Amino acid sequence: MAPAPSKLYADDVSLLMVLLDTNPLFWTSSYLPFSNFLSHVLSFLNSILLLNQLNQVVVIATGYNHCDYVFDSSLATNQGSENGRMPALCYDLLQKLEEFLVKDEQLHKEGSEKGLASSLLSGSLSMALCCILFYDLDICTASLCLIFRRFFDQGHSIHNPGYVAIMNSIFSAQRSMVPIDSCYIGSNNSAFLQQASYITGGVYLKPQQLDGLFQYLSTVFATDLHSRTFLQLPKSVGVDFRASCFCHKKTIDMGYICSVCLSIFCKHHKKCSTCGSVFGQAQSDNESASNLKR
Amino acid sequence: MSTGQVTKRAKYKTSVKDPGTPGLLRMNERKLSFSPHDPASATKLDVEFIHIKGHKHTKEGSNKPPWLNLPHDQGGSYIFEFESFADLHKLHKQFVIGGVLTELEFWATRKKLLDGDSNRKLKQRVGFKSTMILDTKPMADGRTNKVTFNLTPEIKYQIFVLKPAVHRAFLNLVPNKMTEKDFFTKYFKAEYLLSSKNAVAAAAEAAEDDELAIFLKDDDILAQEARRKIRRVDPTLDMEADQGDDYTHLPDHGIFRDGSKEISESQHEQYKRTLSQDLNRQGAVVLEGRTLDMDLEDPRTVAEALVRSRQESDGDATQERLERISRMTEIEDLQAPHDHPFAPLCIKDPRDYFDAQQANALKTLDDIRSKTEQTKCNLSIDEAYGSLRDSVSKIMTMGLSDPIVKPEVALMVLNGLTQNISGTRYQLGKNPQESILDGLPKTTKDELLHHWMSIQELLRHFWSSYPITTTSLHTKVSRLKDAMSQIYRHLEEIKESVQSDFRHQVSLLVRPMHQALDAAFQHYDADQQKRSSTRIGESPNGYV
Repeated sequence: MAPAPSKLYADDVSLLMVLLDTNPLFWTSSYLPFSNFLSHVLSFLNSILLLNQLNQVVVIATGYNHCDYVFDSSLATNQGSENGRMPALCYDLLQKLEEFLVKDEQLHKEGSEKGLASSLLSGSLSMALCCILFYDLDICTASLCLIFRRFFDQGHSIHNPGYVAIMNSIFSAQRSMVPIDSCYIGSNNSAFLQQASYITGGVYLKPQQLDGLFQYLSTVFATDLHSRTFLQLPKSVGVDFRASCFCHKKTIDMGYICSVCLSIFCKHHKKCSTCGSVFGQAQSDNESASNLKR
Repeated sequence: MSTGQVTKRAKYKTSVKDPGTPGLLRMNERKLSFSPHDPASATKLDVEFIHIKGHKHTKEGSNKPPWLNLPHDQGGSYIFEFESFADLHKLHKQFVIGGVLTELEFWATRKKLLDGDSNRKLKQRVGFKSTMILDTKPMADGRTNKVTFNLTPEIKYQIFVLKPAVHRAFLNLVPNKMTEKDFFTKYFKAEYLLSSKNAVAAAAEAAEDDELAIFLKDDDILAQEARRKIRRVDPTLDMEADQGDDYTHLPDHGIFRDGSKEISESQHEQYKRTLSQDLNRQGAVVLEGRTLDMDLEDPRTVAEALVRSRQESDGDATQERLERISRMTEIEDLQAPHDHPFAPLCIKDPRDYFDAQQANALKTLDDIRSKTEQTKCNLSIDEAYGSLRDSVSKIMTMGLSDPIVKPEVALMVLNGLTQNISGTRYQLGKNPQESILDGLPKTTKDELLHHWMSIQELLRHFWSSYPITTTSLHTKVSRLKDAMSQIYRHLEEIKESVQSDFRHQVSLLVRPMHQALDAAFQHYDADQQKRSSTRIGESPNGYV
């Protein structure tokens, strides 16, 4: 898969969609307390808005049970905080975030037990893409910034339920030429976020110094797409390109591919579960081996 | 002129303390000449040996570099320091005399250096001349009817080899019935008759003299061999099929020999020889090469020795023929495949090994980290929501932390992010003409090169000692390990002592050395651990 051809960005006005991981389970175990994390991110958003008056920031929170917009700089009311210690932006965002958390908890209590142990990445990605298409892209260039705490995509820990949905959103982003930058705060590298950034031509970063998160964000992700052509941003050393199979959500490096819809399976099936095509009977071992593809 | 010339790389010194000019020293029987590598240098030498009064040289095995000291009649002396194996000499000095390796161990890895030399000494034997001795021409004085043949032991030997029948006759007749001289006189008489192409005269002579007839007739041994050869031809080859292609029915294939065209006369067929027969025989003998390696002075001993060598080769030939027939006549489809049993050679890229080690190390580190995270992640969802909301409200009341990032941390992050794009790092190694080594101060460069050589030597010994089966290997490995850790420290020192401009380049050069040493240390420690653990594990079972 080749990285997306980069548009010729003539303008340095940017629309930045920030996807925040607010899955409560992941933040309790962090080296970085959520409050510290928030202060880094809030400063980052502030600096984006300061870089250019026309810059626009939209924040989407990705919770345990749902995801929602928590901030849009174009709709911000310039109402200051009570004690003046806080920029207006932050106050708005934090209020919305609190509401969001309350709602998320409510949803959880209402018994929707389908809450996933992984963040709702596909949902928030789709929302972000919709939002980008809603705003006029002729005026500015858009990029997506994912800031995720932890992401279960390792085949051995938990199967990836949202694999197809996530990959589809990534490909949509690629088609609309929206680079996805991802900042991953966790121990192992995230294959999903790596692939997302690689495919869309964005930057994948796993900060080593968590107390310097703001520095990472402002150095790497604050650069607008026009300036990126002159800058040397961190390049990923290696990307894990392994795919998950559609039948068991296992991460595999060799498997069977449906010749019609390109679905991936870890073993031979009679019928494609995605498009329903009936596969020919494998006549011999030789033939099935020839269908094996990396 | 150039037969006895010796060419060596050497450093020419006018005095003992002179650092020397590197160049080439050439010596032959008469004189010595020295040409420096640097063509601009004025220290050229061209001295005849008459002017040299004596020579001194350093003893073999001494600690000094190999010197040749030639005092000349003007009172001074020419000193040459030979630099071949100077590196080896240094290593030898460092490790053998330093007690890290024994003399035996040191040289064991270098046997092949000597092998190369001994191979070159193998003497090449002179083969047969490819000129036809059968063409030995008589010399006629032009006045009388007498012709003279010049005969050398070499020619006699060749005659025996080429003509088995003559060889047999010689063994039978000399010295019982006739002298050697008479024998060869008769032989050449016959040759002369044959070369005159007068088959009728030859037939007449043969009828009169029995012994002469032997030489005039076709060589029956050769004929027999020819028949045998025909039998030996690949049975799948159809000889009749290409009969039309050959020219044997034409005398001498229609080639003129000795300027005269042969007239074929069928009734005296046996007194004629064709050029093709002669050529084939000559070719066969030349290709077979010389089977005897002895003094050719006495024809009798030569003849006997030839018989012995022929018998040996005959035995081989029949055996080979049998093998060939069985190989040729088998029907391929019904036979088992011919290949020999073999084990495929498995050579792995050593980088795979190192990469795997590194990946494993990283993985364990990550595992540890994720494990601690897992254990902490035991809070219930309600508690999790609570703590998250707490932190939001905390930040709302407390405001953003000030400063957001500590300056030191920010600098560290910035350095980390721009590390791989900083100036020199990016330019290094891009220009093929520019060697990093050449940019360094000479002492540092020499030191680095020497350490690299030492490390290679030590590592070679180190890895060849595994698996450790004897106590002597064990002590050797620990000695090697100590020596290596010393070098490791030296390298660290070099890295620290070098000026800041070069530090990066030096660390680039030192890194692979450290990596190689680290791999060795790691292996050593792992092995050591395994040993001690097995020892502990064994003791409760009563093995102590």
